[in-house]
Amino acid sequence: MPAADPHAEAARLMAICNACRYCEGYCAVFPAMERRIDFARNDVAYLANLCHHCGACHSACQYAPPHEFAVNVPRTFAEVRVASYEDCAWPAAFAGLFRRNPALGSVATALATAVFLALGAAAKGGLFVPREGAFYAVFPHGLLVTVFGLAFGFAALALALGALRYWRLVRDSTGLAPQGADALSAAGDALTLRYLDGGGEGCFEGRGDPAKMRRVFHHCTFYGFALCFAATSVATLYHYALGLAAPYAPTSLPVALGTLGGLCLVVGPAGLLWLDRRRDAELADPGQTALSRSFIAMLLLVSATGLALLALRDTALMGLLLAVHLGFVLAFFVTLPYGKFVHGIYRALALVKYAREIRAPSTAGIAES
Amino acid sequence: MNLATLRPDVLVLGGGNAGLCAAISAREAGACVLLLESAPRWLRGGNSRHTRNLRCRHDAPEDVLTGSYVEDEYLDDLMRVTGGKTDAGLARLVIADSGSCRAWMRAHGARFQPALGGTLQLSRTNAFFLGGGRALLNAYYRAAERIGVQVLYDAEARGLEIRDGAFVAAEVAHEGRTWRVQAKALVAASGGFEANLEWLREAWGPAADNFIVRGTPHNRGAVLRALLDAGAVAVSDPKQCHAIALDARSPKFDGGIATRVDSVSLGIVVNREGERFYDEGEDFWPKRYAIWGRLIAGQPGQIAYSIIDAKVLGRFMPTIFPGERADTLAELATKLGLDETRLAETVARYNVAVRPGRFDHTALDDCATAGLAPAKTHWAQRIDTPPFTGYPLRPGITFTYLGVKVDHRARVAFVDGRQAGNVFAAGEIMAGNVLGQGYLAGIGMTIGTTFGRIAGKEAAAHARG
Repeated sequence: MPAADPHAEAARLMAICNACRYCEGYCAVFPAMERRIDFARNDVAYLANLCHHCGACHSACQYAPPHEFAVNVPRTFAEVRVASYEDCAWPAAFAGLFRRNPALGSVATALATAVFLALGAAAKGGLFVPREGAFYAVFPHGLLVTVFGLAFGFAALALALGALRYWRLVRDSTGLAPQGADALSAAGDALTLRYLDGGGEGCFEGRGDPAKMRRVFHHCTFYGFALCFAATSVATLYHYALGLAAPYAPTSLPVALGTLGGLCLVVGPAGLLWLDRRRDAELADPGQTALSRSFIAMLLLVSATGLALLALRDTALMGLLLAVHLGFVLAFFVTLPYGKFVHGIYRALALVKYAREIRAPSTAGIAES
Repeated sequence: MNLATLRPDVLVLGGGNAGLCAAISAREAGACVLLLESAPRWLRGGNSRHTRNLRCRHDAPEDVLTGSYVEDEYLDDLMRVTGGKTDAGLARLVIADSGSCRAWMRAHGARFQPALGGTLQLSRTNAFFLGGGRALLNAYYRAAERIGVQVLYDAEARGLEIRDGAFVAAEVAHEGRTWRVQAKALVAASGGFEANLEWLREAWGPAADNFIVRGTPHNRGAVLRALLDAGAVAVSDPKQCHAIALDARSPKFDGGIATRVDSVSLGIVVNREGERFYDEGEDFWPKRYAIWGRLIAGQPGQIAYSIIDAKVLGRFMPTIFPGERADTLAELATKLGLDETRLAETVARYNVAVRPGRFDHTALDDCATAGLAPAKTHWAQRIDTPPFTGYPLRPGITFTYLGVKVDHRARVAFVDGRQAGNVFAAGEIMAGNVLGQGYLAGIGMTIGTTFGRIAGKEAAAHARG
């Protein structure tokens, strides 16, 4: 009975779920579903990205396989999500990269690292000279700004255009334009991972008790990333606004933020990888294990190489570690628009749409009495 | 595993709501407990898998419940739906307990949510399980396993050894063998017999072949039959059952709640001959859906067709299977396998009889027919706007009422006036004591929760002497 195309399958499942509704209290997906009777491609793309893959509905489902209705919402929605990333990718010709994300990340890292190693080797004194943390003696500041500015700019542009395409796909054409309050509400839901909690008990990983670990590790990952981003931003301010050049002392704000962020960004991704391995196989879309793990691994490697660089920046290994770290960071940014990173953007947009939608009365018009 | 050597204090037959409440309660009272579930693990929990709420007494708004639902009103409702076929003492016991049992449920992992979309009429009386019955069962199974209840799946009790009203052992099929499982006390919580098609046939005749069983295929009534054969006093009768109008395309078993069709009151219903046979608009659908199973069971071939036009599309709970749709009634008749002339005549007669009124599907409106038999007394609108949609309907049996008589300690009564010392019953197998006929949404789970806990405690007390 299950359909091969994930969108058709999602529409089949929503017809069943909409006649059942037992999972209504778990998350935003089911209340949003109840506002609909038909499930076109854009509806499915919206609902699938509202889903945080906590697994609660599947664990509770009276129609889960091997029941002949074979309802598996988390897996089907995971498949639809990747399809929505591909549908909205910019440039469209790069859509196929999502399916080859591990290879893409590896090749990009290898190339970027090789270039930095070569540049480092060509620098005055070469790679293996102790420089007391003076990064710019290996790679000139201007070079780094140019390379990373371009990479970051490209990633930001590709992500923004992808987000715009997704928004155009799912937005309400009937005039329910979100307002500031909706964006704020959605931001709150996203930043607290409100729906990554199985309706209050935590995520359903396997057969045991639901647990909150997934949310904790995801918070570590997200806020670790945010701290690292903040560290770089503060350092940029130091450089341009205050005229303070790197290296900064271990007690300085940029290094403190970066260290804390880096540690979080090791714990979080390591925890998510561990959870991913022990998760109930029924919940996951096997087609995107690689997509998901390669992104988490990339985050882990960026932070691990960064921490190693910090620890050894006064030694002769600094040049080598710097080249490797920069290789990972550059590859990370270049591949960002074609990896799991985009899930946060699409999910946040779906939450904005949801925040707007639930303020309006339902038009489904089903008799209540 | 050698089941013959287990010899628990308390043997619980059935791993649904009542069985789990009993097993947990007995274990907490210090007994060594073995719970046998006849279904495989994925299908564990009997018909509790498909439940979604329980009916609770409360004097003021409480967490997920609005307003108040006091004991007297609850009892009045029960008296009304059963026509007095209830044991008032046991009914009062259940109703009193329904006010406090949620604390126990929560302590064992249950979680609640406000009434679901489309069920606001129940927000005052019924507390809904977050995620439905299977989520509740999952929590209970985890709680039971945590405290050391031994649970075996695919373990079906097929017979009971009862001597002079005292339980000795159960005959259990498990892993290809038949075992004799002895215990000091028995809790029978194995449901009714609605999935036993032969038994249904005995009660209903050949019409039973066209029934769809909404719940688990494992409720075959073997334990119920064994108890009755051993001299347990019966309550209610084999013909009493809860049956609703179900999509005829539903699976034969276990389609649960999603296969119901809620369009009946918004259109007309015809039988195989294309004739109407009952007032579709007699009352709000939630108050009438449970009579339509029997109504359809009484029609030729046990089949009927709900027919609506475009005006009411989207005004009833979505259906799991799309309706047959056509731009003309003749085409719809062909698609449904009905005689197109007769359907056209029925619709024409009905359309002519429809009086003007103000259609309001949220109220008992004034849209009715005049001079038509049977009349349609509310929500009667002409069926004249294409596309026309039709849903084939069958009787869908939810559960049976035939059970064993128990006392306030959940002890099973035997015919010669003996009260068995060590045989207890809980759940659907004894719900007929309280619900002799009719239905009150959510009361089955309340009965199971109350009597499951009583049976568990009493069985443990008996076993530990």
